[in-house]
Amino acid sequence: MTKKSLEPFLWTLFSAGGVLAALLIPIHLLLFGLAVPLGWAYPSYEHLLVLLRHPVTRVYLVLLCTLALFHGAHRFRYTLYDGLQIKHLNEVINVLCYGGAIVGSVLTVYLLWRIP
Amino acid sequence: MSDTITLHVARYRPEVETEPTFQEYQTPCRKDWVVLDALNYIKDKVDGTLSYRWSCRMGICGSCGMTVNGEPKLTCATFLTDYAPGPVRVEPLRNFPIVRDLVIEMSDFMRKLVQVKPWIIRADEKPLSEGEYLQTPEELDEYKQFSMCINCMLCYAACPVYGLEPHFIGPAAIALAQRYNLDSRDQGARERMDLLSDHTGIWGCTFVGECTKACPKSVDPAAAIQRYKLKAALSWFKSFLLPRGAS
Amino acid sequence: MSQTPIYTEYHPRWYRRRTSTYWWLRRPSYLAFILRELSSLFVAWFVIFTLLQIHALKQGAESYQRFVDWSKNPVVLIVNIIALFFVVFHAITWFKLAPQAMVVRLHGKRVPAAWIAGPNYAAWAVASALVAWIVLGG
Ligand code: SF4
Ligand code: FES
Repeated sequence: MTKKSLEPFLWTLFSAGGVLAALLIPIHLLLFGLAVPLGWAYPSYEHLLVLLRHPVTRVYLVLLCTLALFHGAHRFRYTLYDGLQIKHLNEVINVLCYGGAIVGSVLTVYLLWRIP
Repeated sequence: MSDTITLHVARYRPEVETEPTFQEYQTPCRKDWVVLDALNYIKDKVDGTLSYRWSCRMGICGSCGMTVNGEPKLTCATFLTDYAPGPVRVEPLRNFPIVRDLVIEMSDFMRKLVQVKPWIIRADEKPLSEGEYLQTPEELDEYKQFSMCINCMLCYAACPVYGLEPHFIGPAAIALAQRYNLDSRDQGARERMDLLSDHTGIWGCTFVGECTKACPKSVDPAAAIQRYKLKAALSWFKSFLLPRGAS
Repeated sequence: MSQTPIYTEYHPRWYRRRTSTYWWLRRPSYLAFILRELSSLFVAWFVIFTLLQIHALKQGAESYQRFVDWSKNPVVLIVNIIALFFVVFHAITWFKLAPQAMVVRLHGKRVPAAWIAGPNYAAWAVASALVAWIVLGG
């Protein structure tokens, strides 16, 4: 192959992110999106901060967030492409989807880099 | 049963109309009749101008594929009584140009079939005197499922990606490529790689999974494509780690 | 050019249908597919929500309380409920399709699809229980 396509690499990110998203996002959303605001569960601030300070949690969150972003970006790119039949905007879509995922990933790493 | 059933059959007569229309026919609805029997009845007894393809009437030749009540089906394997009391809508396969009535144009598919080189490719042919290339039952199992394809194109009719992107090589052709890639006697995987790992090849597929549901032969083309993606991804990483090796 | 399917030789009499933009409304299974693909938006929303949460946690107890109050806002709650529905749908479809993409062999025999899907769901249950246990104070 002369021109190296990025597609296999992006698909790997998509798949890895898909697995993590399937395994972990439902419980995360259930806990912090529903249980906590509705008062079903009360994880204390101190407890959560201790958790967040732990390096394993931070690695875990970085992996979960970045891979989930690339998973979502890949999938959404194809949804736009097929669902709306706007493949002439292919370049713009690519930049928006993967660009968004890259920005989000940088932000995630930056947020989790230092924790007071 | 002497019941009858109504068929709404798509007609397209290019010499008189610019768009397909529907025509209504009454046919007997016998327990042992398939949709194709009803079409043959119409052709013999009611309206000889109806055009459609068929040959084996036993799910082998792959020529009788049509859209029955919106689903791609082999009409020789689709029983009328399953649609009783009717009416049954019979249309040509989707995603292909229509030549006349229920007859679609398939040269695009034929061309793609050849492109994936569906034959055994050897780097080194051994002389005839050394006998045949032997294969164990396990090695046969590896690709057998993908060799059951009868080229009926139901999977193309079911695939929205093919409908949107006619350049997409499509389910059956990729499954057939895999049939040879997975054959222990074949050495042509590299030759098929460039065509398949393109955005009109496996990367065009979004795993809708409709091809597998439509397939009358349990070929599971969607699985063939996903497995090929996995393989392409692995070889991408390999070529990244050992840029010169393994080529 | 002759390789291009739409531009085969001139055949004015072939009738060509164009796939409608609303093709995904034609069949329930197409609609399910599009919903599955749209789960990507809610995965992205989850990441945004989580990043806001981490940011609030870092700012201190007060700021975290503000985040929790904000998440009690009915709009945010509803978005989260919809998102939960979509990510669960993603998870179910993902685990269901996984056996198609993988061939696992045991003693030279192909492992049946249910044997791959089963452990997937089990792993899902274990991972969820683990996260809940750790977060809720373990
Ligand atoms: S893969 Fe199945 S549906 Fe597709 S052409 Fe072959 S037999 Fe027909
Ligand atoms: S007539 Fe041959 S497959 Fe139906």
